[in-house]
Amino acid sequence: MQEINLEQMVQKLEEQLGDKLITTRDQFFTVLNIDKMALPTLMLKLRDDYGFNHLANLSSVDYGEEFEVVYHLYSIPANDKVCVKTRIPRISAEVDSLIDIWPTADWQEREVYDLMGIKFKGHPNLIRVLLPDDFVGHPLRKDFVMGGR
Amino acid sequence: MMQSDIYNVNVGPIHPSTHGGLHAEAVMDGEIIQDVIVHLGYVHRSVEKIAESKTYQQFVPYTARLDYLATNLPVLGYCQAVEKLLGIEVPERAEYIRIIMAELSRIASHQIAISATGIDLGATTGLMYGMRDRERIMNIFEMTGGQRLLSSYIRIGGVGADIPDEFIPAVQSFVNDIPKMMDEYNGLMTGNEIWEARMKGVGILSKEDAVKYGVTGPNLRASGIAYDIRKAEPYGIYDRFDFDIPARSGGDSLDRWNIRIEELGESGRIIQQALDNLPEGEVKAKIPKVLKAEAGTEVYHRIESAKGELGYYIVSDGGNKPYRLHVRAPSFINLMVLPLVCRGGVFQDLITNIATLDPILGESDR
Repeated sequence: MQEINLEQMVQKLEEQLGDKLITTRDQFFTVLNIDKMALPTLMLKLRDDYGFNHLANLSSVDYGEEFEVVYHLYSIPANDKVCVKTRIPRISAEVDSLIDIWPTADWQEREVYDLMGIKFKGHPNLIRVLLPDDFVGHPLRKDFVMGGR
Repeated sequence: MMQSDIYNVNVGPIHPSTHGGLHAEAVMDGEIIQDVIVHLGYVHRSVEKIAESKTYQQFVPYTARLDYLATNLPVLGYCQAVEKLLGIEVPERAEYIRIIMAELSRIASHQIAISATGIDLGATTGLMYGMRDRERIMNIFEMTGGQRLLSSYIRIGGVGADIPDEFIPAVQSFVNDIPKMMDEYNGLMTGNEIWEARMKGVGILSKEDAVKYGVTGPNLRASGIAYDIRKAEPYGIYDRFDFDIPARSGGDSLDRWNIRIEELGESGRIIQQALDNLPEGEVKAKIPKVLKAEAGTEVYHRIESAKGELGYYIVSDGGNKPYRLHVRAPSFINLMVLPLVCRGGVFQDLITNIATLDPILGESDR
């Protein structure tokens, strides 16, 4: 499979998505910062037009007022990589589920919901995956009070 | 056709065939599996939260407990992620020692996978053979880190100490014996009629589904995609080594099992090359006592662990502890296809599929 020209890809995506997409680059990744409303549109394009078929990692970070949901995408076998981030406000921590685009998002989204308390709209079975069902709170949030020692 | 009631059968969490606290609830229609509900979290200890209250160095031993059957691999992944984040260069000698330790860990993990499949399918002797050979690796680990099972020998910046004199002869004699071990496992189990009947065509995972569900490692390669991070995105010094990526096309349990035997040989080849080229020199970079990454920097580093793509996502806020650390655990993701590969099969296939998907619960539950 042909390598993807990331520069061209970013340019085209910026044209299509306008101000909803802000691209930054860090040492290791091209980071696509996307408005949460346009997240499924962007992800579908990345999968179908650019061959990012492997959703390697789905994670989240607590930045106080906001949460950031982070996706690391790779293409097999071409091995290009891109990072997608979307910010959501703490008071309405909800983002569209990607389960229809990559089924592997299933448990990964459940884990983020379980530990960080972010809801994924459209997920058919959004229940806790690691903690018991009756657990109160989401431990990876920075304001979670730890018991014990 | 006769209609029977639907009933649920619990397998685990306390059951030898679940390889640690895995709880699978099979929804049965007579002898046919309609669905499998996987319950995780029996060994959850909130490793990611613990990481936020430990310095970068203090967290190293916790990573060894993720995949306790391949103890050096998760440690290697973590140390390399931190090194990448902080821009630490590792001395050449340490890089070669790391390769040897990583591949020995892969062999140790595969030997458990291979031999435990034996006991799950009733070939009890299989377990004994694998454990006997694996013991030699445990002895080698003890020589280096002083610990057999949960070695934290690999450290940020290199390895804990130089290898002792008896290390190289022990590794060399082990590598020499790998082909014999493979022959023995094959002679004992492969080709056996009962073995084939229990494995062939059982738990088929198609190429397309494997990619969609993010399956990686030997399970992905058994489904026909020769994807290995050691080749695709080489980390450490893997680009200097000559080895093949075994791949099959059937995607059934037999293929998943065979792949692991073939990988023993490839790991042996890598270790041999590392032994032949092992340079003299330092084994640990000079790094500050207090490690701090620049505020706002982050890294996602992935390695090919024994189970698949093991990734660490670390975010720094400038302090000496990670602001956020996430582990992309291959076993967690690979287990997602357990219901998929079991549906429509008979109950005994569930046991076969758990064995050949080779999950490790320390890693999936974190």
